Amino acid sequence: MRLQCPHCGPRGLAEFTYHGDATVQRPVDRGAGSSAAWADYVYLRDNKAGVHQEYWYHQAGCHAWLVVTRHMRSHEVMAVRAAMVRA
Amino acid sequence: MSGRRLATGGLIDRARPVDFSFDGKAYQGFAGDTLASALLANGVRLFGRSFKYHRPRGVLSDGVEEPNALVEWRDGARREANTRATVAEIFPGLAARSQNRFPSLKFDLLSVNNALAPLFAAGFYYKTFMWPASFWERVYEPLIRRAAGLGRNAGLADPDAYEAVNLFCDVLVIGGGKAGIAEAMAAARAGGRVLLCDERAGLGGQALSDGEAVDNGALAALPNLRIMNRTTVFGVYDGGVYGAVTRLTDHLPVHEAAGPRQRYCRIMATRAVLASGAIERPMVFAHNDRPGVMLAGAVRAYIHRYAVAPGARAVLFLNHDEAARTIPSMAGAGMAIAAVVDGRAASGAAVHDAAKAVGAPVFAGAAVTRALGRMGVTGAEIRGADGGMFRVACDIIAVSGGWNPALHLTSHLDGKPVWDDKIAAFIPGSLPPGMVVAGAAAGAGINEGIIPLWHVPSRPETSFVDFQNDVTVKDLTLAQQEGFGATEHVKRYTTLGMATDQGKTGNVNALGIMAGGCAMMGTTRFRPPYTPVAIGALAGAHRGMRFRPVRLTPTHGWAEAQGAMFTDAGLWKRAQYFPQGGEDWREAMVREVSAVRQSVGICDVTTLGKIDIQGPDAVAFLEFVYANGWRNLAVGRARYGLMLREDGFVMDDGTCARLGEWHFLMTTTTANAARVMQHLEFCHQVLRSDLDVRFASVTEAWAQVALAGPRARDVLARLVDDDADVSNEALPYMGVRAVRLRQGVPARVFRLSFSGELAYEIAVPARFGADLPAWLMASGADFGITPYGTEALGVMRIEKGHPAGAELNGQTTAHDLGLGRLLSKAKDYVGRAMSQRPALCDPARPGLVGLQPLDGVSPLRAGSHMLRPGAPANAAHDEGYVTSAAFSPTLGHPIALALLAGGVARQGETIRVYDPVRDGDALALVVNPVFYDPTGSRLRG
Repeated sequence: MRLQCPHCGPRGLAEFTYHGDATVQRPVDRGAGSSAAWADYVYLRDNKAGVHQEYWYHQAGCHAWLVVTRHMRSHEVMAVRAAMVRA
Repeated sequence: MSGRRLATGGLIDRARPVDFSFDGKAYQGFAGDTLASALLANGVRLFGRSFKYHRPRGVLSDGVEEPNALVEWRDGARREANTRATVAEIFPGLAARSQNRFPSLKFDLLSVNNALAPLFAAGFYYKTFMWPASFWERVYEPLIRRAAGLGRNAGLADPDAYEAVNLFCDVLVIGGGKAGIAEAMAAARAGGRVLLCDERAGLGGQALSDGEAVDNGALAALPNLRIMNRTTVFGVYDGGVYGAVTRLTDHLPVHEAAGPRQRYCRIMATRAVLASGAIERPMVFAHNDRPGVMLAGAVRAYIHRYAVAPGARAVLFLNHDEAARTIPSMAGAGMAIAAVVDGRAASGAAVHDAAKAVGAPVFAGAAVTRALGRMGVTGAEIRGADGGMFRVACDIIAVSGGWNPALHLTSHLDGKPVWDDKIAAFIPGSLPPGMVVAGAAAGAGINEGIIPLWHVPSRPETSFVDFQNDVTVKDLTLAQQEGFGATEHVKRYTTLGMATDQGKTGNVNALGIMAGGCAMMGTTRFRPPYTPVAIGALAGAHRGMRFRPVRLTPTHGWAEAQGAMFTDAGLWKRAQYFPQGGEDWREAMVREVSAVRQSVGICDVTTLGKIDIQGPDAVAFLEFVYANGWRNLAVGRARYGLMLREDGFVMDDGTCARLGEWHFLMTTTTANAARVMQHLEFCHQVLRSDLDVRFASVTEAWAQVALAGPRARDVLARLVDDDADVSNEALPYMGVRAVRLRQGVPARVFRLSFSGELAYEIAVPARFGADLPAWLMASGADFGITPYGTEALGVMRIEKGHPAGAELNGQTTAHDLGLGRLLSKAKDYVGRAMSQRPALCDPARPGLVGLQPLDGVSPLRAGSHMLRPGAPANAAHDEGYVTSAAFSPTLGHPIALALLAGGVARQGETIRVYDPVRDGDALALVVNPVFYDPTGSRLRG
């Protein structure tokens, strides 16, 4: 498998590290401690048989965190973008 | 003697005779011969013994699909088992041996298994070796493994070199037969970069085997076309990636083989054309495994490629028109054709015409029911159309049950082959993205006029379907009767298709038999590799010293010169201890610890991860990634930092120094350096991209050496420029200063202590690192300054109760480690919410304590479990475990750190430290984990 790094171009899988679900949102910490929302964020993941977004890290490259849109059955990579959204 | 070399023809080089040996006997072939063709030319028919029944076996095919003619190739460390004689090219001095026979190929004692065949039917192992369970590993498995198996492993390290390359092309053409050549030519003329891979030494494929001329001269004129011979594309992977192996020197004697033996190619291709041709199906009848039963296409290949007549008198058994071309080929090679047996009731004109031309009798609607002869074919038993049986003398039975497209690669990414009734074969179904299939691999031009004949009803127990794994029609029938009739079940139950040939010749016949005239089931799934790949080729250069990178600190050469012994810390080599005058590790450690505690010592700490963090939001970023607070850290000061994972457990610890208003230097543990960097990038890019901050790993940019001991300040004062004030007031505990050394070198001095003594860490740009230890040693010579290694470092940190790798094990919380007070309540940080879960704050959780043996001498080993004295020694009464242990030279007795249920609240209790694995059993006192200088007066002095 290869990923089209937005900074480095198409590179082999060995350069990347997989992290996991890119659709989860870190809850806002209001100091109330753990909650169901936090448990969901940290532990609960969907195992989709379809199109999914996931984080990959270009460890042996530009160190960019990437959001990869990939089909979980065919492994087809539909899109790759940098995770960082500049303010 | 039955086979012989023809006087003319073939693609061999008759000017270059090749001397080789098989089973110790000398033979001669020609350059261009495979072992199979050369031995057949010498009249050899018996090549090996079969896997289960030790039946005599010869050559079935002329390609990679060969299930029978498997041999041991070369000698010594280069010996390779299960080499297919049909594709292995001979070279001068080659020594090959047959397999699976004892004591000799012609007289094999284990062929008694053949007589016991009824016992060894499918499922035999499952049914027989069931009880007692204690016999599984000790008795049954060794017994089965000795009796089964084929070739022997060399048992020695592979002496050959391998390499790996990445190749890029627009079009990859897999297979260099006529279809592949045409596709490659068209693609190259269209202008793209084209790669043409073929598993044989030269292009031409089946056309050469059929005696056709193949013109590929035009290929050489195309500069954008690269031809790779002896290259097998063995796997298809996601995103247009193909795995291939080129056999560079396998066809050469060792002394002529310069460079790597094989090259692993990772091929990135925009498009691929699979032109892998087809593999012929044998006929299934009684004793169809006898040497002399050969695929019709292989008979033609031996005649036309190698100028070998594999027999003198042949019977041809077929069920489609194309196999009729074997008739003129055999006649042209001077072979007599005793009978043409056509399984179809109405034989095609192609068959009749060809047979008539050479005067061979055709028996339509007939079948060969049995091969006669024990060690090789002496005749064929034939059942005529009228049901009458008769025998024909022959030494070759050429068989063709049709062809199967070699579509394996189309199914590596989950593509499912589909059955085509018209040609009675599976053809490619859904294809990997970017792949098209051409020629016979797509089912084009094969099996004209075929009427499937999956097996000839005769003796099912000797009618072989999978030759390499000795699976018979009887086994398949049994599997069906016992409820294992589904494709994937019959494979597991009978081992059909599970040998090194992966059922290339046998699987479709088996599916036909299982279908019993009903619709064909699907195939089992094909997976890479298409043909066996040497592990060495996949490992490439990554073995031995190159298995993984080795990182050396800038002081490595200096430490080596001091006689240091080294240990692995991740990829780093670190000095473990510096033995003097025959000291062992423990004596050296005791001396080094004592020197630091009493005077002064130095130790390389370069391996700690160092991350330079800058930006207006650097403080806010540290506040987010660390559990403790950073807002009030002054410039020129450092602080201990604790990092949690988002689930609330401790991830890593270290220090972070404020070098400027917007400038920090973070250190991490050696083990977690890369992981922390990745984590920081995640926190910044994904969670807090609102923060204006940048960071970079500078671990290799700085050489860092710890200077520790009561005399550390005296040594430091001599090391730095005269105007640099390193007094306690100017550089207090946790202070940081940029200084200049007397040698004119810029340096950073961090007053940090891991040892518990007055201590500094001195960092210089890495290019000065090799000199720094010598400068320090010179500055402290009169104090007896002593280099110390990781052993002494580790002992001193246990004496100080600092958590390290064994305690930061991913299962401990800040509270567990006695660091709960660090958790800030005033800010959001990674791990805050989840670290407040009640179960993680439960005081009954295992917490860090110190242990010392009651008797003052019993060693306490890491990994030992703790029990209340008198409690049963079982998991239900487990109170925790020892994480780190050492003999403390400072205290004069063993000490340990442990995670004990209830933690430091249990100080003063006596606990049993139990280690049944290493016979450890001692009573210990639970104490404060900080054994040495608990008030910290020494490091602040």
